[in-house]
Amino acid sequence: MTDPTGEDPLAGPTRSGRHAKSGSFDDPVAPAGPAAQAQIDPRLLVREQGLAGYLGEFKRRMRSGELGSLPVVVGLIVIWAVFQSLNSQFLSPQNLSNLSVDIVATGLISVGIVFVLLLGEIDLSAGALSGAAAAVLAVLHVNQGWSPLAAMLAAVAVSTLLGFVHGLFFAKVGVPSFVVTLAGMLAWTGLQLWVLGPNGTVNLPYEGLVASLTSTYFNQVIAAYGLAGVAVAGFLVISLVGNARRRSAGIPTRTTGDVILRTAVLAVVAFGAAYVLNQYKGLPLALLIFLVVVVVADFVQRRTRYGRKVFAVGGNIEAARRAGISVATVRISVFMISGAMAAVGGVFAASRIASASQATGQSNVLMMAIAAAVIGGTSLFGGRGTAYSALLGMLVIQSIASGMALQGVSNSIQFMVTGAVLLAAVVIDSVSRRSQKAAGRA
Amino acid sequence: MTTITRTPVLALEGISKRFGAVQALTEVDLEVHAGEVVALVGDNGAGKSTLIKVIAGVGPPDSGEIRWEGSAVTIPSPGAAQSLGIATVYQDLALCDNLDVVGNLFLGRELGHFGVLDEVAMEKRSRDLLHTLSIRIPSVRIPVASLSGGQRQTVAISRSLLGKPKIVMLDEPTAALGVEQTAQVLDLVERLRSQGLGVILISHNMVDVKAVADRVAVLRLGRNNGVFDAKRTTQEEIISAITGATDNAVSRRRARTDQPKDGADD
Repeated sequence: MTDPTGEDPLAGPTRSGRHAKSGSFDDPVAPAGPAAQAQIDPRLLVREQGLAGYLGEFKRRMRSGELGSLPVVVGLIVIWAVFQSLNSQFLSPQNLSNLSVDIVATGLISVGIVFVLLLGEIDLSAGALSGAAAAVLAVLHVNQGWSPLAAMLAAVAVSTLLGFVHGLFFAKVGVPSFVVTLAGMLAWTGLQLWVLGPNGTVNLPYEGLVASLTSTYFNQVIAAYGLAGVAVAGFLVISLVGNARRRSAGIPTRTTGDVILRTAVLAVVAFGAAYVLNQYKGLPLALLIFLVVVVVADFVQRRTRYGRKVFAVGGNIEAARRAGISVATVRISVFMISGAMAAVGGVFAASRIASASQATGQSNVLMMAIAAAVIGGTSLFGGRGTAYSALLGMLVIQSIASGMALQGVSNSIQFMVTGAVLLAAVVIDSVSRRSQKAAGRA
Repeated sequence: MTTITRTPVLALEGISKRFGAVQALTEVDLEVHAGEVVALVGDNGAGKSTLIKVIAGVGPPDSGEIRWEGSAVTIPSPGAAQSLGIATVYQDLALCDNLDVVGNLFLGRELGHFGVLDEVAMEKRSRDLLHTLSIRIPSVRIPVASLSGGQRQTVAISRSLLGKPKIVMLDEPTAALGVEQTAQVLDLVERLRSQGLGVILISHNMVDVKAVADRVAVLRLGRNNGVFDAKRTTQEEIISAITGATDNAVSRRRARTDQPKDGADD
């Protein structure tokens, strides 16, 4: 593996977008020593080329606490191995396929939570909002005879508006987000009960748009493989085009080996998942929607002006303000996103059980959504995280729930184990933050 | 060396500012020309910060005139200061630790189309900018949290240059920096001057001031207390202008005990 730019053999490649975790150094710099390589400051860490380089870089990152998604991936593998050894049904296509649909509702809520956590804030009302949105959907669709699409849009609109109210009180009045959304949690639970009326449960038709959200499977074999193929090819093309642009601009590129490795890992995961899903009913529509939402959210966070503002406000409010960013606007908009995503999650939750009831969005839904984001690697302290943590974290939580259900373990134990996993995730976050500080990286 | 004959880029005349019972600034004058470094010095409470805020548009003056390239202007807001061409680098840096160097340089004015960032263009311009200023940063893609204090300061200063300012105001840029890092920042100040920018340098450190400043404007108790040619004035003269002392601390104590109303003033 050689640097394709060839401009500076000692400077490693930069990762274009990956939030700059690369330990490589692209600027030939420094006073340096008397050595021949006078361009390079000897104190700088330069990533070696090739596999050894990856290994060294990996070790250095682990030591300095830049764990990224590693703990959650390792955790997931361990969890799957343990439950598979306990019950061979765990990794069966049917169970994995059901798992992939079960993560969607709470996972969508979690995507909104990630945005809020990036600001270093919290939204405790997301569960209640999802329940209220499900209630609005069911009542408008079933009792009032609205078309399902109109009812869904209305549910999302209502929840977004309520998120706007949270944001307004937080950003303009200055009430801590914790208190605003705690009040919201109580109030919107009340709203949910009021909308549902005395019966408390509204059943949704088993056929129709709402139910089909979670009951549709694309059972043609080509669907799942096609999606995997599109994803891998898309990733490869974007990487290559990005590299070409960087090369023509004269700035360091990723090495070809790097691109190939990433593409290969993605291909293994994508086609593996497609193979498993095809063994059962095919590609679930709900999973497809969830994946699209996660990818779009990630794009918004990392690649848009808006996302940069969110990270800036989460990193240093004063710096963001002085840079001309309207902190209040960012905060309000983030709570609107959280409200909207909570509603979408609520719609999927209602779709999954074909009814909206007083229990929708209650109990542990909120805690699961927040736990998923944190387990997935999004920091509670703001400024660090990714939309993919919603997906990874939900996989962990739902795998535990599913594995324990297969074993016939009672709810009480499930709660305790999930609590322990959440604590472990936050401990990892805190410890890695501390060692990052020690390594001068936080 | 100083170009007195030309119209100053920024001229303050008779600036006064009052906070409640405190007259923070009284009839203060200050001129900054293109391509010169003016050090603004004074003891704590001399009115430096208030004057910076006047220029930066954070706290407009009660009376007095501000002239920009010869014509009278008002600076009612930080945005107005920036659009005139005044960039301010505050003491506490105002960088986002979680963003990389490129992200910080372009914070609030990212390049891109339809809201989508153009990382390639931003990285290229960042590298060009840092290269022009001979700034040594290990990588433009590492979070600024991992940079040293001096590097962070140079990033903060170069960020102010992206808006193509004519005046750069540096508030205590070398405070809390080590020897080597201070040298880096002072080098950068000299490069700013050689690129034709006017620099206002606020500092407590007389060595730094003597090293890079062309003129030294002294504030004392909210009033001008002389403008000195940095190269032809000794450090002691500047310090005595700052403190108002004619000789030393011992004589000041004696003066105070002899004359309780403090005859050492002005």
